[in-house]
Amino acid sequence: MNNFDYIRASDIDDALASLNTHDNGSFIAGGTNLIDLWKYNLLHPDLLIDINHLPGHHAIEEIEEGGVRLSAFLTNADTAYHPLIEERYPLLSKAILAGASAQIRNMATNGGNLLQRTRCYYFYDPDAPCNKRNPGSGCSALNGYNRIHAILGASENCIAVFPSDMCVALAALDAVVNVTGINGERNIRFEDFHRLPGDTPELDNNLKRGEIITSIDLPAKGFAKNYSYLKLRDRHSYAFALVSVATGMELDGDIIKEARIALGGVAHRPWRLKEAESFLQGKRADEHSFAAAADMMLEGAKGFKYNSFKIELAKKAIVRNGLMALDPHSQLPGAQPSA
Amino acid sequence: MIGISLNVNQHQYHIQVSPWVSLLDALRDHLKLTGTKKGCDHGQCGACTVLCDDRRILSCLTLAVMKNGANITTIEGISGENELHPLQQSFIDHDAFQCGYCTPGQICSAVSLLKEGKAKTREEVKELMSGNLCRCGANMGIIDAIMEVKERGLYE
Repeated sequence: MNNFDYIRASDIDDALASLNTHDNGSFIAGGTNLIDLWKYNLLHPDLLIDINHLPGHHAIEEIEEGGVRLSAFLTNADTAYHPLIEERYPLLSKAILAGASAQIRNMATNGGNLLQRTRCYYFYDPDAPCNKRNPGSGCSALNGYNRIHAILGASENCIAVFPSDMCVALAALDAVVNVTGINGERNIRFEDFHRLPGDTPELDNNLKRGEIITSIDLPAKGFAKNYSYLKLRDRHSYAFALVSVATGMELDGDIIKEARIALGGVAHRPWRLKEAESFLQGKRADEHSFAAAADMMLEGAKGFKYNSFKIELAKKAIVRNGLMALDPHSQLPGAQPSA
Repeated sequence: MIGISLNVNQHQYHIQVSPWVSLLDALRDHLKLTGTKKGCDHGQCGACTVLCDDRRILSCLTLAVMKNGANITTIEGISGENELHPLQQSFIDHDAFQCGYCTPGQICSAVSLLKEGKAKTREEVKELMSGNLCRCGANMGIIDAIMEVKERGLYE
């Protein structure tokens, strides 16, 4: 672990300007992943810029066209338990509460959730080759213990998965990420925010150095009547997903008017397939339809020595979660399957 | 070194710390409040749980400098001078520990759980206590202890 300087930024401009005063400065918000990465000697910041106290940046507010804007600096807990989110975006609330622990959700921020690093064991082991940590060194997971790893969208350079629960719901909800940098502001569609590993697995997402996430916009459609988040993992709670599914549907009787399905724990970013969602339009909301959509979503999935089980697990989870979305209140706490 | 003020258990402290000192190390090594335990030091066990401005957080993943001006409550500060907090008494009544190492974190976490008021059922209490591990396996006693305080309304 290295030593570093620390300052508390007074506003966004101050935070952005401070980044250039050191070679390896970094913003810190909740710090729940950053401090850990520093302790593992994976990050070597020479300056931490505390962005927890920026004025005017801690709200959840309604925006034009019926959507809601989440401050990036708000904690996961304050977001999940906010009345607007509980009422209009319960899928997001559920997904957030399926992740981490109560303590961590009280610390971790919305912006930080998007930027958390993979939990691939080899990424955290400085003695193991890892293209994400040390580009060109190889991927230890490819032929190693790869139970938690990707089955979709992986490359021969990296089979790590993105671990967030919150982002699986944000992907399903078509969220938009608002960022500010020295060159001004821009908006990134959620599907364009995180990347697949390809030849550059060291890059998790398309945020540029010197940019800061300021807020996340949720479009008006929240699927508050028929939604479900299912998280399957090696222990009952406080573990990362082997497979998770966020499902939101708009129904007309038992016919699907619109469906959204996003998978977590299976790829380098939340995984959606528009074709599978369009296929469901006009179909009956039943096991048969969900199973057909699941087959489409998992087409081309590739398992490795210890994670091939995830392909069948993901298909079953999509079906199960589709049925659970018909009766969201049947769900047990912690994104477990319905009783 | 950076000078910071921490209000810990309603005492005001002014200390000089390096920026990389965790809140946990500041409490234990600078303030000699060793009730808060260092388990994994990586945010996986919950032994270091304290209340910061009335919310449970992990002191091992928090820098002390980030909490300049905050109000912290540790296990040393949750009860009155001569009496146990209802959760402390209930932990004793229910054999909610063996080695006791996770207990300060468990109790601080449970204090916060009851204040938050989000857990209505036993299942929800279990889910919202999952960030505190007990390697001795006293979990059933821990949940029993919390449920008794909750159901009898001894602390909210």
